[in-house]
Amino acid sequence: MSNKTELVRASLAKRYAREKRFRFWGLASIVLSLAFLAILLTTIFMQGLPAFTQTYMKLEVDLSAEALGVDANAPQDKLRAASYETVVMNALTTRFPGVTERKQKIALKKLVSSSAAYDLQAMVMADPKLIGTKQTVWVMADDDIDTYFKGNIDRNQPEADRRIKDFQLTWLDDLEAKGEVERRFNVTFFTSGDSREPEQAGILSALMGSFYTMLVTLLLSFPIGVAAAIYLEEFAPKNNPFVDFIEVNINNLAAVPSIVFGLLGLAVFIQFFGVPRSTALVGGLVLTLMTLPTIIIASRAALKAVPPSIRQAAYGMGASRVQTVFHHTLPLAMPGILTGTIIGMAQALGETAPLLMIGMVAFIVDIPQGITDPAAILPVQIYLWSDSPERAFTEKTSAAIIVLLFFLVIMNLLAVLLRKRFERRW
Amino acid sequence: MNTVALTNDTMPLPTAKDVSAASSKDQPLDIQTIVEELKQASQPVGVPFLDDPKFYTRDVDVFYNQAKQAIFGVDLDIGKNEVIAMIGPSGCGKSTFLRCLNRMNDTIDGCKVTGQLLLDGEDIYGKDQDPVLLRARVGMVFQKPNPFPKSIYDNVAYGPRIHGLTTNRSELDDIVEDSLKKAGLFNEVKDRLQSPGTGLSGGQQQRLCIARAIAVSPEVILMDEPTSALDPIATATIEELIDELRQSFTICIVTHSMQQAARISQRTAYFHLGYLVEVNKTNTVFTNPQHRLTENYITGRFG
Repeated sequence: MSNKTELVRASLAKRYAREKRFRFWGLASIVLSLAFLAILLTTIFMQGLPAFTQTYMKLEVDLSAEALGVDANAPQDKLRAASYETVVMNALTTRFPGVTERKQKIALKKLVSSSAAYDLQAMVMADPKLIGTKQTVWVMADDDIDTYFKGNIDRNQPEADRRIKDFQLTWLDDLEAKGEVERRFNVTFFTSGDSREPEQAGILSALMGSFYTMLVTLLLSFPIGVAAAIYLEEFAPKNNPFVDFIEVNINNLAAVPSIVFGLLGLAVFIQFFGVPRSTALVGGLVLTLMTLPTIIIASRAALKAVPPSIRQAAYGMGASRVQTVFHHTLPLAMPGILTGTIIGMAQALGETAPLLMIGMVAFIVDIPQGITDPAAILPVQIYLWSDSPERAFTEKTSAAIIVLLFFLVIMNLLAVLLRKRFERRW
Repeated sequence: MNTVALTNDTMPLPTAKDVSAASSKDQPLDIQTIVEELKQASQPVGVPFLDDPKFYTRDVDVFYNQAKQAIFGVDLDIGKNEVIAMIGPSGCGKSTFLRCLNRMNDTIDGCKVTGQLLLDGEDIYGKDQDPVLLRARVGMVFQKPNPFPKSIYDNVAYGPRIHGLTTNRSELDDIVEDSLKKAGLFNEVKDRLQSPGTGLSGGQQQRLCIARAIAVSPEVILMDEPTSALDPIATATIEELIDELRQSFTICIVTHSMQQAARISQRTAYFHLGYLVEVNKTNTVFTNPQHRLTENYITGRFG
């Protein structure tokens, strides 16, 4: 007896040590992954958050008829074609008199965004009576100026290495001292499409493109995927080689690199069926192919998890197979199916590679109005911006990532909520 | 276990069986010998056949996945408005046989039933027999209470609804109330018919399942160990209920409790290794078993 106690005691230390080691490694890996997540999120937010604000500059504009070249009674098309750029330039030269050198004049003009002239145009066309008056307007600063005020240009660098030269710095210091620059919430980022000018570039067209693409994907992949899962799980004969073959293939499809689906979409949907390229429709079709295996596998697992006693009860009551599935099995499997679907959709939302193959990498300024309009999508927009040379696009890239992450988090929350909502105990 | 067994030991054994019973006590039971012996027997010991039975079964074989045979040539008649108990060791095929009676075996892949099974003279496995209709006539209560995760009302109303037994809401209300009353559950749940059936206690859930089964007014109710997951009080309630239900239904019950079989059934069938060994009046089976396997089982020598 005491011998046995000794033996057990001797092994105890070893056993506890093993348990301790295991706990340590588990904890260490969790801490490590959390640290990486924290680093990732911090970088993205540090870089991206400034993009949600934009530097505006105060401008005293003289909307004189001479400068514009039209008077208040001119017809609309004349008003539209008036020289608003001259007005902006005049305002800038009035603000900074004595600029004569050609290079400096160009720099002066580039203090404000090219959208300033369009803002004036819109203002005057809305109210032609403004012609002949002097107005104070706030216009967007150019991206370089914006970058400087956000502290991303180091004025201590040698002048040759700086985008903002010394003479520009004196202007900016003057503007700042007199309170003529201001950081405001960047509405443009959420209301406009892509642009070559970073300060005018927005996320809306990509957002709408993603929305329409996801809509097509959801409407196709959810019913098809769930129906396939129900058939395979509840109706298909078991131990049938053909059914097994289909199952193996579905599982393999889930592991196919997504770019292959893009090639397939290019060959089948665009080349063969002539679906217009670069649209949400063809994007949705390709992502449906990619999402289907995920939904089918998740739905089958959910159906399998429904206790057989419920099926037996239904059969015992004389319910037919279809009644059993739709009255009992499917409702009970719904939380799992929805979770699988949303995970599949979240995957599709972040997918880039297959969409590059079907031309969704185009530069899209217009906001798509439907599934047949050319569209960009969020991840592709991120890819395009990250590839742009302008310094200001760096923060736009991170901001777009934040928007994408926001929607992914929303979708995952939705999955949790739906599961809570539909969960029933038996 | 052992009220029945004790009584049995105190009873004088019939002289005709003295020899075999005595020898069986001394010899170890060899499975090969038993199987050979069961194979030889052309029909079960006792009184397996009745006039004008509810179920008429002859030579029933059941196979799982071709290779494994679960039931060998069962011949049994089940009478109208009787409670027949099926007893036997685990894996003896009693549940399998029960599930042949309403074709629940159809839902198991690779299960094949051969032989003749008639319900009121109609072939249960006939080509024109619809399992959906059959199960509306032959209801079933399972081992583990399995109410649907719906309200109490919807659980009971489910059968009448899918079979289209009612035309309006008040008729359905009547059926639900009536079924719950028959199952002895109405007074306990009348104030919470809309609360989930899964929230009831185990015994209540099982009575709910019985109410659900009788809501479609079946002719037969099959019960597969209906009280094995319940405590003695809930079991007693269900047993009383079965006794009352006998007035209107034929009841086939599979049970592991020999006391339960003795208390509630009129006839008892003893299964062993897939063979139906002995069928007789319950009283006879427990006090005067004709076959030594039956005797060994009810006296607790094996099983």
